[in-house]
Amino acid sequence: MEIKQFIADFAAQFDDTDPEEFKAETKFREIEEWSSLIALSVIAMTDEEYSVVLKGEDIRNAQTVQDLYLIVNSRIQIDKLNG
Amino acid sequence: MAHITFKGVGIKAISACVPPKIIYNKDLGYLIPEAEIEKVIHSIGIHQRRYTEAGVCSSDLCYQAALKLFDDNQIDPASIDGLIFISQTADYKVPTTSTILQHRLGISQACLSFDVNLACSGYVYGLSIAFSFASQMGVKRILLLVGETLSKIISQKDKATVPLFGDAGTATLIEKGDYPDSYFSLNSDGSGANIMEIPYGGARHPSCVKSFEETTDEDGNTISGENIHMIGMDVFNFGIRTVPSDINQLLAFCNKRTEDIGVMVYHQANRFMTNFFSKRLKLSPEKTPYSMDRFGNTSSASVPLTIVTEMFDSEKYTQRDCVVMSGFGAGLSWGTGILSLTNTSISELVEYK
Repeated sequence: MEIKQFIADFAAQFDDTDPEEFKAETKFREIEEWSSLIALSVIAMTDEEYSVVLKGEDIRNAQTVQDLYLIVNSRIQIDKLNG
Repeated sequence: MAHITFKGVGIKAISACVPPKIIYNKDLGYLIPEAEIEKVIHSIGIHQRRYTEAGVCSSDLCYQAALKLFDDNQIDPASIDGLIFISQTADYKVPTTSTILQHRLGISQACLSFDVNLACSGYVYGLSIAFSFASQMGVKRILLLVGETLSKIISQKDKATVPLFGDAGTATLIEKGDYPDSYFSLNSDGSGANIMEIPYGGARHPSCVKSFEETTDEDGNTISGENIHMIGMDVFNFGIRTVPSDINQLLAFCNKRTEDIGVMVYHQANRFMTNFFSKRLKLSPEKTPYSMDRFGNTSSASVPLTIVTEMFDSEKYTQRDCVVMSGFGAGLSWGTGILSLTNTSISELVEYK
């Protein structure tokens, strides 16, 4: 999975924030529009796009978009190994 | 997983009662920034909720719902063999509320009765318990009373719960008779017990000075140990992992397909979550009645409340031979029921007087 695509998918959960603002190192909690509702949209997005269901803990422990990308990517890899 | 089939039992009648006091989510400016309120309402799909006054309990709402059901269907209380009361807001810790309701409703002493402590899965579980008893020799009719007054146990300063929850009481009469087969799937996962909990006030952590102390978390929610604590993200995680697959598995168990679903009655958790389920199940919106816009999430009462408010009009949701009911919540506990409501009498909603 490409991080570029993940960042675009992540940015698509926001209505008012310019998608150009999102980078791998963006601390998403510092974005003004970030809210618990957007957190739910992110959980729904990773389930739909990547078949990975994030836990509340995953989102709480992540600081940047890249942190979330790494969690999702590691679960995809595990699924692949498990065949 | 527990998959169960019942034969020769069904739902004769359903009624519901809500308190008259309306609480509007647009008035939550004290809790949520004005600019965000519209967005929250749009996302959760809940505009209004009903709250009981102090001194009015879940059992009182259920009592008036039961009177309506008796009246509309000419039910003699003496014909009731069992009464089950499901709530997390019972009248007392001791005794059980079910006996109090048996006495108030004028039901004979030769009536089995007990309380069940379950949250949002409560109606589906309750139906399966009632169907089990009604399947036995010696039992003809079971009155299932399912009600919740979450307004009494949430913190009014908690954004995670306030916009969602409301109060309601319902009555359902289950009986032996010439009813089509019905199917249930019932599940549990205690590893998520802390996702929705009231930490204090039970025997594990008794009420104490500390349990009533309010603390404010990083999101600005102020809450005590006697209030419901809910981790919204984990509730959502739980829902998407379990609910659509449970529905699909039960459909497969009874050789039905998604297209066979006539009406899909979700526990009215919030619209964001149920929309996700419908998308996953590829279910068209005209099959999914909603009451949460007006009554919010009323926990175990939300499925029968939705049946009453949306299906009282027999011109609506006419394919009632395959009604799927889905309940999921604290426990974690979840279940699906598939049954016919073709022969079920649905009363008009009553307001508590």
